[in-house]
Amino acid sequence: MNIHEFQAKALFEKYGVPVPRGAAATTPEEFTTALAQLPEGPTMVKSQIHAGGRGKGTFKDGFKGGVKFCKTKHDAKEIAGKMLGNVLETVQTGPAGRKVQTVYFTVASDIKKEYYLAILLDRATSRPVIVASTEGGVEIEKVAHDTPEKIHKVFIDPAYGLADFQVRDLIFKLGFSGGEAKNAGKLIRSLYAMYWDTDAAMIEVNPLITTPTGDVLALDAKVSFDDNALFRHPDIVALRDLNEEDPKEIEASKFSLSYIALDGNIACLVNGAGLAMSTMDIIKHFGGSPANFLDVGGGASKEQVVAAFKIILGDANVKGIFVNIFGGIMDCNVIAQGIVEAVKEVGLKLPLVVRLEGNNVAAGKATLNQSGLKLVSGDTMADAAQKIVKLVA
Amino acid sequence: MAILISPETKIMIQGITGEFGARHTKLSLDYGTQVVAGVTPGKGGQFFEHAGHKVPIFNSVADAARATGATVSAIFVPPPFAADAILECVDAGLDLAVAITEGIPVRDMVRVKRAMQGARTRLVGPNCPGLVTPGTGEGSKGGCRIGIAPGYIHRRGHVGVVSRSGTLTYEAVFQLTSKNIGQTTCVGIGGDPVNGTSHLDVIKMFNDDPETHGIIMIGEIGGNAEVEAARWIKAHCQKPVAGFIAGATAPAGRRMGHAGAIVGGAEDTAAAKIAVFRECGIEVAATPSDMADALLRAAQAKGVNLS
Repeated sequence: MNIHEFQAKALFEKYGVPVPRGAAATTPEEFTTALAQLPEGPTMVKSQIHAGGRGKGTFKDGFKGGVKFCKTKHDAKEIAGKMLGNVLETVQTGPAGRKVQTVYFTVASDIKKEYYLAILLDRATSRPVIVASTEGGVEIEKVAHDTPEKIHKVFIDPAYGLADFQVRDLIFKLGFSGGEAKNAGKLIRSLYAMYWDTDAAMIEVNPLITTPTGDVLALDAKVSFDDNALFRHPDIVALRDLNEEDPKEIEASKFSLSYIALDGNIACLVNGAGLAMSTMDIIKHFGGSPANFLDVGGGASKEQVVAAFKIILGDANVKGIFVNIFGGIMDCNVIAQGIVEAVKEVGLKLPLVVRLEGNNVAAGKATLNQSGLKLVSGDTMADAAQKIVKLVA
Repeated sequence: MAILISPETKIMIQGITGEFGARHTKLSLDYGTQVVAGVTPGKGGQFFEHAGHKVPIFNSVADAARATGATVSAIFVPPPFAADAILECVDAGLDLAVAITEGIPVRDMVRVKRAMQGARTRLVGPNCPGLVTPGTGEGSKGGCRIGIAPGYIHRRGHVGVVSRSGTLTYEAVFQLTSKNIGQTTCVGIGGDPVNGTSHLDVIKMFNDDPETHGIIMIGEIGGNAEVEAARWIKAHCQKPVAGFIAGATAPAGRRMGHAGAIVGGAEDTAAAKIAVFRECGIEVAATPSDMADALLRAAQAKGVNLS
């Protein structure tokens, strides 16, 4: 689960990670009250959407930049008016863009130097890792590729936690000294405490900055959480912004379906995550383009199959459907009955290819054949994939 | 021989009285697996009854192991309690804990993995379909089935299968069995980013197992476990190996069902992994329908008989 920058910074403050003073607003009326909390002078206006590349983004009406520096609070208010309610397109949003429903005002800090700091899971060691660099404010992937020696990593033993010597070591590698070193050390320890306590999946601060007065601040904040751990963090669940999620994905989660919209035209309905992923792959392999990832899980019911059909047909780009089921334990006949019911209920007019295999498959195929539905059977995944690609071509 | 489990292995089920655990305990008993104990705290002294079987239930893993000699546990307990259930197996000194549970918090698994360092217990999973060593009866009955895989699609034989994904494992096994090629053991290592047993761990066991003549390795996007295994195969494994990687079309940064299936960097994409497979002499299946055929091609090239 992702949260907005202003929410992440509120959590930072709670854990003692210094951030520039800021206030969020969701209506033009709130601009005044939000700005009243900040001192007069240079102010940043930041569009709040769950996507990176905001600064270089463009709004649908041609206005450039989702993050703006303003010399005065008066200017900030005017710029915020151009962002709020407007749709921002960045490299990460895709062409549809995202509607800005919150703007965040912060004091524009004097920057002495920019750094990069992140905490996430290192899969190879199964331990948390702090990744830091003296090259902040730029794409970290580029730094890692061009100058790998400028990336420092600290692996944390979960039995002991982040040790003081590790923090000291990192701070010296980053070139901090004196008061800055003390402040940076405190910030890193606080950030790790937050990572661990909140079951964060990733915390990224880019840039982390030093100021001419010796302060160390998190200028930006990108935080995501482990979905599996949300059950023990109701306060974090409360930060979820449904406006940032695809309505079809929200609907799918109500039926315990795992759905992700893609930009192709062949909808997929599959059981199992690995099979669902490779169903998308095989469509592409034979020259088609998948419209979605959809995993109905290991024990799909008739209701889930009906819900799944409704969700995939809610995508106007869909020109055909590929159902791929390997019923290991699941009864293929139950799935077949679900398909028949769903097709009747939604009045399907698009080509449908079904590949059923596994437990009680003969009965399942008989149910499909006797239903009178216009559907095409595929024997193997490859056979079925070729058929649906041909039908929508 | 097979690896990790044999038809004689005695297993216990943690969470035997839950709906999910009970359903699969029945299927394992029907398959002929030696399910000798169940564990549900507070229900010790009761019995789990099914088709003439009467499986005693214990309050703890240690009690169950002591009373029945079970050396392996299948864990079906809900996610908030699953990490604790794994540690209980470690404390009782079991050989193997197989965590079927899906949705365990990453932080819990990070702590469990650290706590298991140096312990004698091996963990397979979590979020995995489990393991099957097929038997010689009808529909491979008489084998050892731990977890949720369909037993009947297997056949006793000489191919080892290792995968992160349940349904893709079934797909591979079904293709093999349809061609009358049997399996030694099929291992689902699970789709989570932190798991107990890696592709490489299983590949090493298959390599050492004289009964295993060929290997299918199924992976997906995310992490570098498949790459690590492939490089080891190139250096040490003489047996024919076929590989498949799911997720070539997955968009970067999105979690594709499995918590571990997320493309983070340039090296955990499907294309990068497939390139390493090829470089390491692994026969790559072009599509999931091609997995058994890919292994046949690899076996033929090395002059190995799979049946």
